[in-house]
Amino acid sequence: MGMVSEVKLIDENGLRIDGRKFNELRPISIEVGILNRADGSAYIEWGGNKVIAAVYGPREAFPKHTQNPSKAVVNARYNMAAFSVDERKRPGPDRRATEISKIISEALEATIFVEQFPRTAIDVYIEVLQADAGTRIAGLTAASVALADAGIPMRDMIAGCAAGKVDGKVVLDLNKEEDNYGQADVPFALIPRTGEVVLLQMDGNLTRAEFEEAIEMSTKAAMFISNLQREALMTKYSRAEEREETKEEPKNGNSGEDAHE
Amino acid sequence: MDISKKIVLPGEEIDLNGMKQGNGIYHENGKYYAYQLGMLQVYNNYVNLIQLSGKYYPVKNDRVIGKVIDIAPSFWILDIKGPYPGFLHINDTPWKSGSGELSKILGTGDTVFAKVNEITESKQIWLSLKDAGLRKLEGGHIVTVQPTKVSRIIGKAGSMVNMIKEMTNVKIQLGQNGIVWLDGEPDRVLQVIKILKIIEEEAHTSGLTDRVKKILEDMR
Repeated sequence: MGMVSEVKLIDENGLRIDGRKFNELRPISIEVGILNRADGSAYIEWGGNKVIAAVYGPREAFPKHTQNPSKAVVNARYNMAAFSVDERKRPGPDRRATEISKIISEALEATIFVEQFPRTAIDVYIEVLQADAGTRIAGLTAASVALADAGIPMRDMIAGCAAGKVDGKVVLDLNKEEDNYGQADVPFALIPRTGEVVLLQMDGNLTRAEFEEAIEMSTKAAMFISNLQREALMTKYSRAEEREETKEEPKNGNSGEDAHE
Repeated sequence: MDISKKIVLPGEEIDLNGMKQGNGIYHENGKYYAYQLGMLQVYNNYVNLIQLSGKYYPVKNDRVIGKVIDIAPSFWILDIKGPYPGFLHINDTPWKSGSGELSKILGTGDTVFAKVNEITESKQIWLSLKDAGLRKLEGGHIVTVQPTKVSRIIGKAGSMVNMIKEMTNVKIQLGQNGIVWLDGEPDRVLQVIKILKIIEEEAHTSGLTDRVKKILEDMR
C-alpha cells in the first residue's frame, strides 16, 4: 500500500489488469459440508483465494476460566498456510493473524445467539490455502456458511466484500496486484437482513466521498454474495427435503420413546 | 402457500399464515425469522423448525447414551455429546449410595442408557435412570451416528430398528444423541455397523427399509 505504482492497474478502456470492470467481483464458488469430523464446514473459492472454514461446538469451554456464565465465546482462528503466498509464510500466528482472528470472532459474535449457550465455546477455524487479497472477508463469508451448516442459531449469515482505490479510482474486490500497488483497501462485512456493519477496516487513505462510494459498492456486492451463500446451503440441504418427503412418517427429534428396547 | 417441509436458513423471514410460532422461530419487530438452518413443519397449528444438521441439543425426556467421565461426591458427570455434560445424581438411580463410594457402582468409562430428567436455567443437564428400560450398558460396542439421522434409523414405529434386530440377533440401544450401543456376535455387530452407515448416507432416499432388508438377506 502506498507504493508508487510502476504497473498500470487500469487501462485506457477502464478495465483492470484481470479484465474486470471497476465494480465487478471475481468469480466465487462455495461448497458446504466438506469435512466429516467438523460439526459444520465450508470451502470457498474467491478468485485466487482458496479458504476452508470448519466449525466445532457449541461445546464446553476449556480452560474453565475462559467460560462466560452469560454467553458463549466465539473463538475464530484465522491461519494462513505456509504455501498460501508467493514467498513461504513462516507458520504460526503472527501480529496480522491475531488481529484478523479477533475481528472475525467479534463479527461472528454479533450474529450468533451467543446468550443461548452460556459457558460454551464455538470454535471456528479458517484455513487459507491460497491467498490472493481479500482473504479475511473470504474467510468470514465461508465461516458464516459453516456456522449455518453446524446448525448454530444466528440472526443471519454475514456477508462481505472489500473495495479500495486503485490508480485514483474506487474499485470493488481488489486482487493481489491491486492490493499491493493500490492506494487503499477497505474490507467490509454486514448482516444482510438488518444492514448492521460487523467488520470495517481501512488500509490507506480515501476521501469521504470515495469512502462512501466504496461502502455503497461493497454493500451491493455483499447482498449478491449473501445469495451465493444461500444457494450453496440449499444445494446440500435440498437432498434432505427429498428424504423428508419419502419418509413414511416424519419424526420429531424428541420422540425418545422409540428408543426403548 | 404451504410452508410445511420448506427448508429455511438462519435469519430467513417466515410467513406464519396466521399459525402460531413454535420451536426454532424467533420474532423481531413483529416479524418471524428462522433461528437456525432447518425444515419447517406444521403441527397442531404451530409452525416448528426441525434441525437438519449439527450437534445434539438435549430436550427433556430424550433417551440418551452417556459415558461417565468424572465422579463427584453424590453424582456422576457424563459425556452425552452435547454442548454440556450430563449429571446423574445417585438419587435418580435405582442404586443406594450406602458406602458413599460412587465409583463402585459406576466407574469412569462406564456407559449408561439414561433419560434427560431436567434442564435447569443455567443449562445444567440432569439425567435419570428411573424409568423403564434405562440401565447401565454392559459389554457391547459403541458407534456414533449423526443425531439428526437417529429417527431414520428407528423408522416408522420402530420398523427399521426392529427389522435389523430380528434379522441379525444383535441387541441395539439407540440414544437420541447419536450414540448407538450394539451387542451380539462380532461379525453380526460389524454387519449392523455397516447397515447404520448405509442408513446414514441414504437417509434421504425412499424405500430404504426394503433395501436394507435385502442387504441383510444377502449378508446371511
